[in-house]
Amino acid sequence: MGKTSDFKDIKEKAIKSYESWRQSEPVRIIVGAGTCGRAAGADAVIEALKDELERRQIKAAVTRVGCIGLCYLEPLVDVVKQGKPRVCYGNVTPDKVSSIIDGYIVGDDPQSDMLLGSIGDEAIDGVPKLFDMPVLKPQVRIATRNCGFVDPEDINQYIARGGYTGLDKALKMTQEEVIEEVSKSGLRGRGGAGAPTGWKWNLCRQSSGDKKYIICNADEGDPGAFMDRSVLESDPHTVLEGMLIGAYAMGATDGYIYCRAEYPQAIKRLNQAMVQMEEYGLLGENILGSGLNFHLKIKEGAGAFVCGEETALMMSIEGNRGMPRPRPPFPAQSGLWGYPTNINNVETWANVSAIMEKGGQWYASYGTEKSKGTKTFALAGKVNCTGLIEVPMGISLHEIVYDIGGGIPDGKKFKAVQTGGPSGGFIPANLDHLTADYESLASAGSIMGSGAMVVMDEDTCAVDMARYFLTFTQSESCGKCVPCRVGTGEMLGILEKLCADESKPEDIDRLMQLCTTVSRGSLCALGGTAPNPVLTSLRYFKDEYDAHVNEHRCPSLMCKELISFYIDPAKCKACMICARNCPSEAIKGGKKLIHVIDQDKCIRCGVCLEKCPAKFSAVIKLSGDKMDVPDEPIPVGEA
Amino acid sequence: MSNETDANGRLDDILAGYGIERSNIIPILQAVQAEFGYLSVGSISAIAKYLRLSESVVYGVSTFYAQFKFVPVGKRLIRVCRGTACHVRGVSRVLDETSKLLGIDPGETTADLEYSLESIACFGSCALAPVMVVNENVHGKVTPDRVKKILGKD
Ligand SMILES: Cc1cc2nc3c(=O)[nH]c(=O)nc-3n(C[C@H](O)[C@H](O)[C@H](O)COP(=O)(O)O)c2cc1C
Ligand code: FES
Repeated sequence: MGKTSDFKDIKEKAIKSYESWRQSEPVRIIVGAGTCGRAAGADAVIEALKDELERRQIKAAVTRVGCIGLCYLEPLVDVVKQGKPRVCYGNVTPDKVSSIIDGYIVGDDPQSDMLLGSIGDEAIDGVPKLFDMPVLKPQVRIATRNCGFVDPEDINQYIARGGYTGLDKALKMTQEEVIEEVSKSGLRGRGGAGAPTGWKWNLCRQSSGDKKYIICNADEGDPGAFMDRSVLESDPHTVLEGMLIGAYAMGATDGYIYCRAEYPQAIKRLNQAMVQMEEYGLLGENILGSGLNFHLKIKEGAGAFVCGEETALMMSIEGNRGMPRPRPPFPAQSGLWGYPTNINNVETWANVSAIMEKGGQWYASYGTEKSKGTKTFALAGKVNCTGLIEVPMGISLHEIVYDIGGGIPDGKKFKAVQTGGPSGGFIPANLDHLTADYESLASAGSIMGSGAMVVMDEDTCAVDMARYFLTFTQSESCGKCVPCRVGTGEMLGILEKLCADESKPEDIDRLMQLCTTVSRGSLCALGGTAPNPVLTSLRYFKDEYDAHVNEHRCPSLMCKELISFYIDPAKCKACMICARNCPSEAIKGGKKLIHVIDQDKCIRCGVCLEKCPAKFSAVIKLSGDKMDVPDEPIPVGEA
Repeated sequence: MSNETDANGRLDDILAGYGIERSNIIPILQAVQAEFGYLSVGSISAIAKYLRLSESVVYGVSTFYAQFKFVPVGKRLIRVCRGTACHVRGVSRVLDETSKLLGIDPGETTADLEYSLESIACFGSCALAPVMVVNENVHGKVTPDRVKKILGKD
């Protein structure tokens, strides 16, 4: 490659190749085959499609793409016919493939009960637009702009859709100007803490050292988060381009992507993408003829949550136990092997490439005064439309749960959302007017975190959830400092007692004290934030703690040691279904004899409740209460 | 290398692919585990020798990370997600059922070396919770009823 202006040639070539690919087949079928899509059965759908097309001798290309975030509708299949807008089908199963082929590929009728809508500016009569769906309409896609639209294994598609234009621009600016543009965007770190990205970059740029590193944090350790996985799998180049821009702005020559080992597909895509970058002169020496040299390596994590913390992450890259160290010195002053280092999260880097392409001001036009731009969330738990969403900062939690998320399944009541995972907190339903931005979530005692948003309904126990998170932090504590190592263990002990009906009233005060000690005394934010789930659940659901301690009752009917199952003798029709399914043989009864649960044998798994036919609904779950039932089976009708 | 796990010198081949640098310790441990399924006593000492580190350093690093195993794993590795979304969606009953069907607790391997069971923090497929993974195959929306079929035990 020659000078920077050569990017024009690369772009022209990419567009040409993309266009000729688009026109090479009369019909193109695009299947979402990210990890979620595959878990939902995308591979079997692709097989069925290919078989069916071959059997009927239909010429059509099948392409795998990443994820547009509609995980609850996976597998998704899109069909593009020459000269027509793209049509999207959801919940496609292998046996329904031929109906799409008959209807819209052989025939010309896109209608089907799987039809979701069309994508693109033009419309098809009678077909709604996909992006008008309630789940998509409030979304603004910046970090995920290409997810589901580009073939992640083809750099040309990324370039044809505007990719690497931001890098080309940046290389024609001074380092200061690039950082100024990033600062103007108001972008804050998406890894959790929300430090202004431009400010961090400036620190690293001004730091002196004969070598500098940049790192992409793709450890995504929060158990309930998959934003980074989705972006890396669906559009690796947006992250890689961001890193190149950062390397130039800060003067870094070497970089690492630290990716968790549980994401094999993301790692594969990154490797493929880097090979293609090298072919285009976008990686290595003298990138695009600008004089920028940048070398990049992927490091696989090895299953330690604490390695998402920046100092621990660097310890791990250096080949040590991944234990955090006190800051200062900050990585910008002394990072990897003592050199100035800048670490950003996957989504932060993905936004950088869009910001350089479209301008800092454009980005800052989204969001609130202090939280600019958009944020991705992994929306999961007890909500209808689970998936990956990207919304402008400042959208209310109510809109996220009800408009985008489609509300709570099975007509249950919305109880709370949990943001920030083990470092974050619960926000109760009555505060759902709060907005998703750094300040507002912090005001409620939670944090923005990296983007996990787990919805809880009335069946989810706040005490059990606090226990769940402490189990996680306690087992992931690296053990270096005492408050975290011992304190989280003590907290967990109390929470376990609460859930097991072994607690005493004074335990709650002790739990509060421990929260203070652990949050103030811990070395890193793992311990520092570990009490958040406990503190917020105590703040908003204190009545549930009281019920566990004083009334031996779990109001959500979730904690096993506090519930019991009974068979209502007036409703039981002696069908034996529950008894046959009971894993612990705890149900006595027989033909024409109502069934009785032996409370000593019952393991409270709830199978009987699920199996009892809805028309009888004879199984009852109670907590803190007993039901009067016969000790032994009696004939039906006598109760 | 006269090590029971390395009759064909496979370990030496792996080591030869890496420079003698401390920062290669985790990649080497990962490559060795990928090849043999676990880290044997012999592998650890060979890695230590190769990297010119003490065995205690190599043990120290490898025991820190949850990924590394020191006993052989079964032919089929069953991993059940214990992440937040899966927890809320009732994965504990899926785990109980799996554990019962296999007759082992998480972290254990069946005596016939057929199955190993592990619980994992999150697979990043939270939208399809509860999730379990058999070798590399991800199964979403698992119910206790489906476990038998997924394990191939029906
Ligand atoms: C225990 C712990 C775990 C963390 N895990 C992650 C993670 O998985 N991904 C991430 O990007 N940041 C994580 N962070 C935050 C990083 O330390 C760091 O702030 C971040 O990567 C900086 O990038 P940003 O400025 O782009 O947000 C974690 C922090 C702590 C204390
Ligand atoms: S919580 Fe189970 S896959 Fe993420």
